Amino acid sequence: MSLRVDNPGPLMLVQDLGRPGLGSLGVPASGALDRPALEAANLLVGNDRADAALEILLGGARVTALAPLWLAITGAAGSALAGGHPAPLNAAFRLEAGESLDLAPAEYGLRYYLGVRGGIDVPGVLGSRSTDTLSGLGPAAVAPGDVLAVGEATRQVLLSEGLPLPVPARGEVDLRVTPGPRLDWFAPGAWAALGSGPWTVSADSNRVGVRLEGTPLERSRNDELPSEGMVTGSLQVPPSGLPILFLADHPTTGGYPVIGVVAETDLPLAAQVRPGQSLRFLPRGR
Amino acid sequence: MLPNGDSAVLLDFDTLDEVLGFYRAADRTRPAGLVDLVPGARTVLATCDPRVLPLRQLREWLETVVPVGSEAVAGASIGIDVRYDGEDLDVVANLLKLTTDDVIELHTTSTWTVAFGGFAPGFGYLVTEHARLVVPRRASPRTLVPAGAVGLAGEFSGIYPRASPGGWQLIGSTDARLWDPSREPPALLTPGATVRFRAVP
Repeated sequence: MSLRVDNPGPLMLVQDLGRPGLGSLGVPASGALDRPALEAANLLVGNDRADAALEILLGGARVTALAPLWLAITGAAGSALAGGHPAPLNAAFRLEAGESLDLAPAEYGLRYYLGVRGGIDVPGVLGSRSTDTLSGLGPAAVAPGDVLAVGEATRQVLLSEGLPLPVPARGEVDLRVTPGPRLDWFAPGAWAALGSGPWTVSADSNRVGVRLEGTPLERSRNDELPSEGMVTGSLQVPPSGLPILFLADHPTTGGYPVIGVVAETDLPLAAQVRPGQSLRFLPRGR
Repeated sequence: MLPNGDSAVLLDFDTLDEVLGFYRAADRTRPAGLVDLVPGARTVLATCDPRVLPLRQLREWLETVVPVGSEAVAGASIGIDVRYDGEDLDVVANLLKLTTDDVIELHTTSTWTVAFGGFAPGFGYLVTEHARLVVPRRASPRTLVPAGAVGLAGEFSGIYPRASPGGWQLIGSTDARLWDPSREPPALLTPGATVRFRAVP
């Protein structure tokens, strides 16, 4: 069984739950940025939740089934046509051999997940099929004309009218944040300034991090921070004072102080914010 | 022990030797639910899966770790050819009040040791015995540094294994293959190895 990608859109990547635990080798965890969306796409088509699926930036993509396939679209919100008929979001649907799925550009949210019954079956690297855009581990980005092998599923397709999955926010997005390891490197008002925002998502954002624009945060120490390990969700602040929210492909160590760390449960929201959209940080625990 | 989100703590140390002593000891006694241990220049990052190892238990385990001494591990000796054509070479020379030739001579006559990995697969933080090439990072990181770029930052020298964002001062470039997943080990620079740079046109 296989799937042909006629048009990958701006960026189509194979993603699973990544390769955590190799930070000392400098290997980022990588994996789907919106994990609940990836897991839901897999569960809908009867896969293991950790199977590999396609992470599709923005949409505007087209794939063709080379054998009958069950598919599910989760993540961003928009419209899709399967074999010329409207396809549901957050529900499994079938594509006959030779039929195509046309995924229109998302109306809101930034990343779609396309689950395929059996999972995308490309060779793994260091225990994962994920494309790590920072280190280049895993398969190359999907290119027009690529034919992707599909594996065997073990469970039943979940027949449902559509799962009540959270939809990405259209307006301002709130992310909860706790103090980071280097909060004491910042001026007394910086924590409050981080929380008062708002911050605008920069067009430079990618799977490594969400770059933010706003009023620069003031540091109290301007000496060098010796490079240290950093977690996904870290708000790293370079001398410009503008924080970068680290996502799954972030470097495992960094040399700028981390003022705060976004709650893991809020990271899927951060994966779906678009350039130009506003973020607000809700401080906890201080 | 510094706070670091829902599933990690960062431990601070005074020296790199202390870091490695703690890391070696902790690495030998990893409890279930420990996801990662990442040594840095003065820190060790410990991350956990809180469903298996709650944050409080991670902290308790870290408190029981007894650091072990730094037995000298004789590593490989690696020569790396560098074209000293980096965009920041003049900036580095100015910062150090040296000529660019002085910078190149210092970089090529020093013996560098791989202290630890991190930042990217195949990247080694290289240290040497003097502090004459210590420069700050760039004020704003570049969004794209080419593969093979040789840089300086703080007390370290390093080579970008692959094109990536980065804030190091770039002094040169190399064709050496730093990371090759089909090679065992995939990293050219492994902790303990020594490195000598050679200037090439």
